Amino acid sequence: MEPGDHLFRHESGRMIAALTRIFGVHNLALAEDVVQDAFCRALEVWRIRGIPENPSAWLMATAKNAALDVLRRQRTARAFAPELGRFLESEWTLAPVVEELFSTGVIKDDLLRMMFSCCHPQLQKAAQVPLILHILCGFSVGEVASAFVSTHAATEKRITRAKKVLARSKRLFDTAAPADFSARLPAVHRALYLLFNEGYHGASSETAVRAELCREGMRLTAMLLEHPFGSTPATYALAALMALDAARLPARVDSSGNLISLLEQDRAQWDQQLVAEGLKFLELSATGCELTEYHVEAAIASVHACALRTEDTDWKAIVSLYDTLMRIRPSPVVALNRAIAVAQKEGPERGLDEIRSITARDRLASYPFYSAALGEIELRRGRPETAREHFRAARAFGAQLDGAPVPRRARHRVRCRRSEASVLRAISGPGTRFFQNVLGSRRLNHASSPPCGLGGLCRRPA
Amino acid sequence: MSEFTYLYRGGRDTPQSPEQRQRQLQKWAAWFKELGANGNLKELGHPLESAGMVVKGNQKIITDGPYAEAKDVVGGFSLIEADDLAHAVELSKGCPILEVGGSVEVRPIMQINM
Repeated sequence: MEPGDHLFRHESGRMIAALTRIFGVHNLALAEDVVQDAFCRALEVWRIRGIPENPSAWLMATAKNAALDVLRRQRTARAFAPELGRFLESEWTLAPVVEELFSTGVIKDDLLRMMFSCCHPQLQKAAQVPLILHILCGFSVGEVASAFVSTHAATEKRITRAKKVLARSKRLFDTAAPADFSARLPAVHRALYLLFNEGYHGASSETAVRAELCREGMRLTAMLLEHPFGSTPATYALAALMALDAARLPARVDSSGNLISLLEQDRAQWDQQLVAEGLKFLELSATGCELTEYHVEAAIASVHACALRTEDTDWKAIVSLYDTLMRIRPSPVVALNRAIAVAQKEGPERGLDEIRSITARDRLASYPFYSAALGEIELRRGRPETAREHFRAARAFGAQLDGAPVPRRARHRVRCRRSEASVLRAISGPGTRFFQNVLGSRRLNHASSPPCGLGGLCRRPA
Repeated sequence: MSEFTYLYRGGRDTPQSPEQRQRQLQKWAAWFKELGANGNLKELGHPLESAGMVVKGNQKIITDGPYAEAKDVVGGFSLIEADDLAHAVELSKGCPILEVGGSVEVRPIMQINM
């Protein structure tokens, strides 16, 4: 049979999560070895006999038997998961307990435990996403390195160090404790958001790699939504943001691999199923009283998704959403995106004013899309020479990012598709009108929900 | 048409990511499918465990075996039908094991006319 896309990758994550739960997090390396062996064995048999009807079950059974074997042979020499201790020691309980721990429902929970454990506060933020990719998504060190356009050695060092911290944490995260769960949830959201964004805007120039990272971000977020404590409004907002952004992936790159500006994309190519899904998630996110940056970014994405033609875009709504985003998560990049939206709404001169008034504007100097945005605005002001300067600067960054020289012909082009496109994507926001409809709806007026930060968005009745 | 065996050696211990393994397997499936479609595959054959026993000599001395290096151990075999040895060799060039440091030994099965 033909296994589904990335089946092995996902099985790897499931097996490591299940085995680590049984062996204890301090034996993470042992769990990884067992998984390697299971894959080796599968490859040896399947290459000649063919892939079985249910490869997942085969791999899981192999991992389970290997686990039993390890537990029997090493139970005197090695300490396993402390909370399972007694059950693993007695031959009477060993097999039934391991059997139970390999059941589908339990493994689902193990994956979440691992996801939350990878966002442990003692782990460097920059290590969390690579660690999740490596452990839960089955990316090898080399694959993580190529996704982040980093060197193998640097990535390996980062992952190894992170694994050590994880192994020292004694215990996997307990997903059954509601207070701990909600305390760790924002860090998990952040990591999933960064994972998705690495795919969406990241340094890798390979479209396939990028799409894969986006898919992994969405898959893990969907997993989070399945958990009763995980399906919070913020998680729905994150899922909405991912679906609405991912909907544009098919239209985002031209045949030669250049990014296409949101404004120039063939909107007929947008994945309407994902748009619908994103809007549904956005609706589900509009409860409670917490307004996260994911809500606002998803709302911005929905404004764009709901504009059938570029000229139908409700820039007023987008600017007001950026105002909100500046309130809850101010940054020079958000301010820049807001300025771009202002330029669309009120003309390039106003946009330029906004850019000039950005606080800590110097921090944007190393942000390639800054130059691209300036170039775009100068072009619209009818100053192609100044625009060319800016685009040249942006391209220099682009070349660095891609690790490829800029083709001579492209250097003379006034426009800088790649950079410009990505700037504009940031403003690729959601259907504001829709968002306001949703947010203005009675859902927000639950007796239990105090008036909330969403109020600012609900001012204009739809 | 004559019969041949392919003996597969090595190619097991190259470290590979799950994704690479999945792609490897897909290549094997495609290779066998093509052999089958062209009428060159007599039998898929079997994978072999790498560890076993070797029984030797009059004294029937039993040792763990076959003791060869991993790259020399036969990991499995298939039965092939081809016009002649050259043809069988040509067909073996599509075997994905060659991409991961392994080898295919092509051996004609003796034709015995009784």
